[in-house]
Amino acid sequence: MSGEKLRIGFIPLADAAALIVAVDKGFAAAEGLDVELVREVSWSNIRDKLNIGIFDAAHLIAPVAIASSLGLGHVRVPILAPFGLGVNGNAITLSPALHVALCAAADGDVRDPMVSGRALARVVAKRKARGAEPLTFGMTFPFSTHNYHLRFWMAAAGVDPDEDVRLVVLPPPYMVESLANKHVDGFCVGAPWNSIAVDLGIGFILHFVSEILARTAEKVLGVRSAWAEENPDTLVRLIRAHDRAAAFIEDLANRDEVSAMLAAPNRIGVSADVIRRTLDGRLKVAPDGRVRANERYLLVGRAQATRPDPVQAAWLYAQMVRWGQAPLSLDLLAQAAAVFRPDLYDAALGKSQSQARPPPAIDGEPLDHVGAFAGPAFDANDIAAHLAAWKIGRH
Amino acid sequence: MLPMDASLKIVIVDENPIRAAILEEGLREAGHVQVVRIADTTRLLARVYAIDPDVILIDLENPSRDVLEQMFQVSRAVKRPVAMFVDQSDKASIEAAVDAGVSAYIVGSLRKDRVKNILDLCISRFNAFARLQDELDRTKSALEERKVIDRAKGILMNAKNLSEDAAYALLRKTAMNENKKIAEVAQSVITAAELFK
Repeated sequence: MSGEKLRIGFIPLADAAALIVAVDKGFAAAEGLDVELVREVSWSNIRDKLNIGIFDAAHLIAPVAIASSLGLGHVRVPILAPFGLGVNGNAITLSPALHVALCAAADGDVRDPMVSGRALARVVAKRKARGAEPLTFGMTFPFSTHNYHLRFWMAAAGVDPDEDVRLVVLPPPYMVESLANKHVDGFCVGAPWNSIAVDLGIGFILHFVSEILARTAEKVLGVRSAWAEENPDTLVRLIRAHDRAAAFIEDLANRDEVSAMLAAPNRIGVSADVIRRTLDGRLKVAPDGRVRANERYLLVGRAQATRPDPVQAAWLYAQMVRWGQAPLSLDLLAQAAAVFRPDLYDAALGKSQSQARPPPAIDGEPLDHVGAFAGPAFDANDIAAHLAAWKIGRH
Repeated sequence: MLPMDASLKIVIVDENPIRAAILEEGLREAGHVQVVRIADTTRLLARVYAIDPDVILIDLENPSRDVLEQMFQVSRAVKRPVAMFVDQSDKASIEAAVDAGVSAYIVGSLRKDRVKNILDLCISRFNAFARLQDELDRTKSALEERKVIDRAKGILMNAKNLSEDAAYALLRKTAMNENKKIAEVAQSVITAAELFK
């Protein structure tokens, strides 16, 4: 049996789950698609290979899809995201030394992000006073949720992410090693890397990012706009295959099978146990075995995580503006929001289209679609006012 | 062709020392004397800043490409690099570069034609290296096959009291009948012999 040949690039991370299950469980083949999954080592490679057409579709960090569409930091290639591969899933991990320092400086429970943020501000101030090097935090890409998540948390507590600490890009596979070598004091990265640092006894998970922001789009299935126009039928089949894969992943009865599938050496290539903990949202957060559970840790096929939400795209664009990566304009905001295509998603899955503007809140989800732990509710229609509410920023 | 400029500082980021050496040699032959190789990518940004290059060449198998992308962002840096992909006017050469497995970053305002020469050289050296690697792999596997066939011949000579030529002929005939490679049949003979031990 041979279907339509497609090449899809991915990075070995837990939120590539729907891509992997769609292929390895046969959902893609059932749609007449013969998908070759190509494992990549950098987001730059994924972006470039998608841009020049070596890949038909790709596992993309949501901000990369937006940056590419707006031509930020790179050549402008319009990208569409007709399907969400994951909401949330990141965590912030600290070195044992910084974890001890933060706990000592805390005026309450460090599991509260405002308490931990204030403690970080105190640690930073003390280091400055004694002339020590600033703390260094790793994140995965300039246009990444990890970058924005770290910044959001720090800045809410008065730490300027550009002046008070150093943020450096590190490829996820190098994160753990860099923490062990003390090249970084902490990092924000997706699964499974936080768990791997904890398992090795060299890191403490401070926060699931879902404790800081209840809902942020993490990875999307990205395709070139031009490709989507030329291959509308293939796009429909691609969306359907991944929707079935995402539902399969969320069914607890399939968890062991899915974990083993994702753990394969040519896929994510870590132990099935680590994958299982990630999907279950039950992570070991300290080398002594302490566990924290949060069902929002990573959403793959639940809570409408698969349906692209333009408000999420607007929030990501607002972060680009806040940190000086993009100018603020209504035109760019509209372009950013239009990268996320719930209409294509709905049409492919035969769901009735909602034309309501702004989109209605999702059942049980934050009213402003984001649910930040601090600051005003997000307003996609007035980003200028929203950003003006923050003291720290580069806009 | 434009005269190559010896004043250009070029950094090669490649964890494969042989490929990096091949590329460096090519650049030096073309008149570039300021070529620095970085094999260990720890603290890559600091090292690149210290060298202050005009052109950075990096292999696409290197996860540290994402680290280089951060250079676009640093507002305090005086010189900002741009990726070769920013100018899409020469799509063919971009595709050739990705195909060869290399990417280039250009710092400051270098003239495009000067960079193109470097990129073209880079592509041809990367491709030459890939061919070399391929040849080496094939030689290696041919050697391995030779060893397997020799062992299988020995087993057959002992078990069936055959001459060396007859043992080889038997392997070849079986391979033809079963539509397999001689080395595959030889491997089966070895496996079977292990089982019967």
